[in-house]
Amino acid sequence: MSIRPLLEVEGLSKRFGGLQAVDGVSFEVPHGAIVGLIGPNGAGKTTIFNLIAGALRCDAGSIRLDGVDIAGLRPDLACGAGIGRTFQVVRPFSTLTVLDNVMVGAFKRTRSTVAARRAASQILERLGLAEKAGATASSLTLPERKRLEAARALATGPKLLLLDEVMAGLRPAEIDLTVRIFAELSREMGLAILLTEHVMRAVMALSHHIVVVHHGQKICEGTPEKVARDPQVIACYLGTAPTKA
Amino acid sequence: MLTFVNIVVAGLLTGCVYGLMALGLSVIFGVIRIINFAHGAMMVVAMYAVLVANQKFGLDPLVAMPLIAAGLFLAGYALQRGVINRYITRPEHEQFLLLLAVSIILTSSTLIAFGPDARSVHVDYAYDSYEIGGVLVDKVRALAALGAISGVAALWAFFRFTRTGKSIRACADNHVGAEVVGLNVKQLYAVTFGIGATCVGASGALLLLLVDVQPYIADDYTLLAFIIVIIGGLGSMPGALLGGLLVGASEAVSGFVIMPSLKSMFSFGVLIIVLLVRPQGLLGRHV
Amino acid sequence: MNLLISSAVPRRSAMALASFVAVMLVVPLFAGNYVVSMLVVVLFSAYIGQAWNLMMGYAGQLSLGHALYVGLGAYISGALFVHYGLPPWIGMLAGMAVAGLAGVVIAALSFRFGVTGVYFALLTIAFAEFTRIAFNHFAWVGGSSGLYLPVVTLTRDDIVHLRGSPTMFYYVLLALTLAALALSHLLLGRRMGFYWRAIREDHEAAQAAGIDVFRYKLAAVALSATMTAIAGALMAFYDNNLYPDTAFGISRSLDIITAPIIGGLGTLFGPILGAFVLTMLSETMTSLSANLGVNGLKQWIYGATLLAIVMLQPAGLWPWLKTLLRLDEGKP
Repeated sequence: MSIRPLLEVEGLSKRFGGLQAVDGVSFEVPHGAIVGLIGPNGAGKTTIFNLIAGALRCDAGSIRLDGVDIAGLRPDLACGAGIGRTFQVVRPFSTLTVLDNVMVGAFKRTRSTVAARRAASQILERLGLAEKAGATASSLTLPERKRLEAARALATGPKLLLLDEVMAGLRPAEIDLTVRIFAELSREMGLAILLTEHVMRAVMALSHHIVVVHHGQKICEGTPEKVARDPQVIACYLGTAPTKA
Repeated sequence: MLTFVNIVVAGLLTGCVYGLMALGLSVIFGVIRIINFAHGAMMVVAMYAVLVANQKFGLDPLVAMPLIAAGLFLAGYALQRGVINRYITRPEHEQFLLLLAVSIILTSSTLIAFGPDARSVHVDYAYDSYEIGGVLVDKVRALAALGAISGVAALWAFFRFTRTGKSIRACADNHVGAEVVGLNVKQLYAVTFGIGATCVGASGALLLLLVDVQPYIADDYTLLAFIIVIIGGLGSMPGALLGGLLVGASEAVSGFVIMPSLKSMFSFGVLIIVLLVRPQGLLGRHV
Repeated sequence: MNLLISSAVPRRSAMALASFVAVMLVVPLFAGNYVVSMLVVVLFSAYIGQAWNLMMGYAGQLSLGHALYVGLGAYISGALFVHYGLPPWIGMLAGMAVAGLAGVVIAALSFRFGVTGVYFALLTIAFAEFTRIAFNHFAWVGGSSGLYLPVVTLTRDDIVHLRGSPTMFYYVLLALTLAALALSHLLLGRRMGFYWRAIREDHEAAQAAGIDVFRYKLAAVALSATMTAIAGALMAFYDNNLYPDTAFGISRSLDIITAPIIGGLGTLFGPILGAFVLTMLSETMTSLSANLGVNGLKQWIYGATLLAIVMLQPAGLWPWLKTLLRLDEGKP
């Protein structure tokens, strides 16, 4: 008996004027799995995120979360269905404190301020931001803001967390720490994660499965080891014509 | 029927002057992205300056127009460079309050200097009119419209053909990109505000031929400029002119057909519809 | 009282608030009619400022046509009283309903058509102006000649019929202002307040965090409009004459917003402080220029003061005062 994957993306397509940003992309994210979505700049990764999270409407294809069609849902309804997302260019609520930022997310699960505060504090603790709880979001460094964004998304209690380049700008030690945090969170909470990254170190370490896109199309998928050795993948990153293996 | 045509023509001619005034606002918002709530006040100052030029030095408003316009350019430039520039990145309500304060200071200055009564300018040809194809056209109105159109044409040429003009358009399209390419954005913004002020100064001179000036009319004209610019399209020069013509004509017509006091209501009604249905206005780029 | 001091209110702040309330409660016992009347103006400004602050300071929706709701509250309750003898507090409910509805319509239309920021502000002006001119031609409310409420001279204050001395209105408004303060404080600490502030900061990020932006914006506008209408109704029975140009006019809209901005947008006490400062300034200017006899001097100084405050303390006077008086210290 097979368990249905958490996220099923099939034939997803999106066009912007003359540019086919996403072209018939299909992939799955199993429950509790961590899937990396990689590809050169402009490959369509963030567009795919925006389509899943409801910030954009797809032209064609389907997106199912736990069997339920979520394509075209408003972002707040997508969040209610179980999608939590971060933005590539961080968007914290600047004048609010770090704690308040996360509480905004936590209120998705509860009406009570006390409960929201408790849940938010716990998440800040897990993500190593507890000390900054009272600071204004605008006073944080960029890596801290990225973690804050992830914390806020986590507070909404998602089934699937979309992490958009959350490792950008981190030093190797910080990357390892962040990788550990998310791996643990995923294990403990049964949380599925779909992440896009340019920091290969992080993607390889974190992902169970990797999907590679280029020019809006899926060109390869598989385990990190398999993908790392695929000539097409290497070629699209290095820019040479692919040689038949 | 003929009376109707006369009225429409008169409205269109007035609308040309409105268009020039609104153009100043459009340019300022299109480039600097700031709402100039002091627009009407600046125009009232210009109108009083023309009045003084007329009463003290006997200058015809049309002659005084370039002088006043130049003066206002300098004032606008200084205002932007000195005061307003810091507020470009600040929240809207701070910008709003800043310009509101400037507006109050300008308006009350004219009140202190000239008192609350309405004043008008006297020209020899005030009652002359032309007859063109059976249509009666006031000489003052025709001259004012001509002045306005030449102003708009000069501005168009400036933006199209001069280096500064093109740089300003670049700023409007993409101000970060403009900075990267080495354009002195702060300077250009100041020039832009100066240009906006020039439009206001020139249109003020022309408007004085058509209406009386009082300190209190400032806010009405600020609002009118907004209506025109929204309808015509923010950031679109032909749009501002088109908006001016439309508003001028509709004001004239609705003043004639319905009660005169309802004519602004009509304008506001149109504004509401435009804001909802087509916020980029008739000729503006997509918002 | 415990409900008010539920979330961490610094001790010095609480004491300052208590002293303020105490003083305000006893002022009419010592002060003459002039002071009380001036304070009534202050309180009107403070209360409406708080209502506006809710919409702008918390939810980030810049309304430049708030006079619309004042006018609707005033005219509806006033006209119903004049024509049908409807008691003021009932008429007020009608005014609140209409104003709330107007706010909802404006908010819904803007949302539906994606009108935000500057354009939204202009839309609010347009609606207010449209209504002003419409009322100028509306015979049932007296048109441009105005609506006059019959004034009865009584020996006692009649709060049920809102007929009485300035002192009576003073206490009614004081109660309202304090209630608005309590409400703002309450909402700030609850989900609504958090969601509003998130919406104010960043629409899209708020949506991504699961907030139904439309619903919460609508709630902010409806609440703000309804609250403002209450003041409008009280104004009708205090002034006893209404004119569309003053009730709905843009000068009123601008007056409404200068106090909260000067006092401190998005703060609890900003609108109240701003109301005091601006009214005092205005009154001082009036007497000063009356003595000097120069027309326009009062406005000039007013404008210059506004300019100074915007340039020196753009966040408003309250944050500055708070630091000065060290009101943030002594957290429980």
